[in-house]
Amino acid sequence: MAELAYRFSSAGSGGIASGELDDGTDKSNADHTSVSVGTDASDEAEAAEAGSPFGEGLHRVPNPAWEEGMGELLSSTPARIGVWRAGTRPLTKEVLKFRCDHAAAIDSVYGEVDPSLLQEFGLFTVHTRFGSTENYLKRPDMGRIVAEEGVQLIRSRCKARPQVQVVVSDGLSANAVDANLRDVYPSLLDSLAAYGLECGTPFFVRGGRVAVMDHIGELLQPETLVLLIGERPGLVSSRSLSAYMCYRPRKGKVESDRTVISNIHRGGTPPLEAGAYIGSLLKKMLEQRASGVHLNS
Amino acid sequence: MKLKTLAFGRTYQFRELKEVMAKANEEKSGDQLAGIAAEDAKERMAAKLVLSDLTLEDIRNHPLIPPESDEVSRVIEEAVNEPIYRQIRQWTVAELREFLLQQGTDQDQIRRVGRGLTSEMVAAVAKLMTNLDLVQAAAKIEVVSHCNITIGQRGVLAGRAQPNHPTDSLQGMKASLYEALSYGIGDAVLGINPVIDSPDSVKALLDATKEIMEKWRIPTQNCVLAHVQTQMKAIRSGAPADLIFQSLAGTQSGNTAFGIDVALLDEADDLIRREGTGTGPNLWYFETGQGSELSGEAHHGVDQVTLESRCYGLARRYKPFIVNTVVGFIGPEYLYDSKQVIRAGLEDHFMGKLQQLPMGVDVCYTNHMKADQNDMDNLAVLLSAAGVNYLIGVPMADDCMLNYQSTSYHDIATLRETMRLRPAPAFEAWLETMGLMANGRLTPRAGDPTIFM
Repeated sequence: MAELAYRFSSAGSGGIASGELDDGTDKSNADHTSVSVGTDASDEAEAAEAGSPFGEGLHRVPNPAWEEGMGELLSSTPARIGVWRAGTRPLTKEVLKFRCDHAAAIDSVYGEVDPSLLQEFGLFTVHTRFGSTENYLKRPDMGRIVAEEGVQLIRSRCKARPQVQVVVSDGLSANAVDANLRDVYPSLLDSLAAYGLECGTPFFVRGGRVAVMDHIGELLQPETLVLLIGERPGLVSSRSLSAYMCYRPRKGKVESDRTVISNIHRGGTPPLEAGAYIGSLLKKMLEQRASGVHLNS
Repeated sequence: MKLKTLAFGRTYQFRELKEVMAKANEEKSGDQLAGIAAEDAKERMAAKLVLSDLTLEDIRNHPLIPPESDEVSRVIEEAVNEPIYRQIRQWTVAELREFLLQQGTDQDQIRRVGRGLTSEMVAAVAKLMTNLDLVQAAAKIEVVSHCNITIGQRGVLAGRAQPNHPTDSLQGMKASLYEALSYGIGDAVLGINPVIDSPDSVKALLDATKEIMEKWRIPTQNCVLAHVQTQMKAIRSGAPADLIFQSLAGTQSGNTAFGIDVALLDEADDLIRREGTGTGPNLWYFETGQGSELSGEAHHGVDQVTLESRCYGLARRYKPFIVNTVVGFIGPEYLYDSKQVIRAGLEDHFMGKLQQLPMGVDVCYTNHMKADQNDMDNLAVLLSAAGVNYLIGVPMADDCMLNYQSTSYHDIATLRETMRLRPAPAFEAWLETMGLMANGRLTPRAGDPTIFM
């Protein structure tokens, strides 16, 4: 999905990219053009939780040229390397591990965010016009429009024209919100407070797509908006969150107008650091009155 | 231009060429999302019947997106060889299909006719072809390209090593790259999708891959798939790039959404020729994929097969070294299931080859599509039979950064053995000196990445 073309990326040294993870088209740019601030490549927490029967971190290469070197390689990446082969095909356990991970990823697309988590942070819920998960997958346009009831709710409960509007959405992985919100959200609020930025009334969007930012922007006319949204689940992590940011999000904004930090999870961009980093980017957007490819970092 | 036909006991009247082209497509969720797909199977066939009788001249004389308002249309128009076009303009689309499939039609004849075709004509004929037609016609067309080495020869299946890492760790990237090389993968390109789209990050990755190429004397080419502007900054600051990369859309407005236009691509083309480290003459790497224009609301009511073909018309201007369609990456709203992905992969490969592009395919899917790895196995075999120039190699097919599944190092090695294909000759010679391959087969040493440490 998302994927897409450096359309998405800003040319600045900060490495900010903007894109639309859930509807992108070019793999070079969409999920990919994002900023990471972490370096820890392992995702042991998830592996442990997954209760893997496969013995993580073991290589299967018989008599490697350099046994210690193999350990070094394996610890440097979550990629499935050192897996060896039967002829030119992978070993049976590796094939089955892959299929197990795919099974878990498929199931996470159909999950729902824990209501107590939303309650904990005082986020009320509005729905898009998505209708059902099947329809959500086939009709991304429906996920970009807040349903009428939600529009009324937003109008009645939210402060208009804030400097920063924070929105959370399940997107393609409710798991991502469940796994990361407790870390990323408070650190984001701390960061905004530290910069003296004024925050609007946050809420949760069920069935959202990235461009729902524009509809919300029309409703509330914020200076900046950040959308924390679940990414399409991968096999290594089904809990990766993205933060999409836009200066004056309004109808007609394109993907290259947005800045994104993607891959927020314990094995990628650490959620605590991501929260602080989002705050600094929003401050920069307000100073430069720009976002996406137009932002100099 | 006759847009009417009698079929199934009734008359089907279409309003314009755009409608015929869209409705003649095999079923795709993206065309349905755009609201332009055939209503039912019968209407789809009626559109194919109408299309089969249209002439190439009908198609050229009724531009789907006027050149006056779209620079991609202008690029396509300007590339047509007029004498060749005049020879074939009376052909119907049905006749074009049969010309391509005739036993007497060789690749030089196809290459010649291809120069008289617009991207829209190429899309039109694809709509009348079955999957096996697409395999056979594409298999006739050999497109050879050269950057630092030559790929695309008949009997060669190259692989892109795609050693992505979720935080761009150079160590982590190298680990996956060593694994790739140990399976004989990396002759198409050592190509990394960066997480951080900055000139510094691009330079670091280019430096790291170049260093490995030099240390082990690997005959291949490197590339970092950031936005073209980021790569240009990196190259201007001395980064060693053999190839320059960009994703393309089939309309001007689609490219605007990608942050590019023809002027920028021309500028990048000039830069890579003057400042790039590749030998050439082919110095570009492009990626495309059905549905990208619709996702950017830049489709002008044109179907996604035709728009994809237009991407190739644009790509052709730059004589690329490699092009690939990232066929199942965009998601179920464009290609819903494995049947649609397989069809699109074969269409794209054929349409690119007919436009003389060195086509590879990223045989892939996302976790919210109705597809799995078995479907990718199937498509990879079909494309190998069709003569695809290269496939993507990812550790165990699982890209830990892009969060999608493609084809694996193992898969490419297996396709070579099963389909009697070989790595690019220069690369195979290197694999032999490394003791990784003998007589076209991997040796017992293959699969151990630590030999590169």
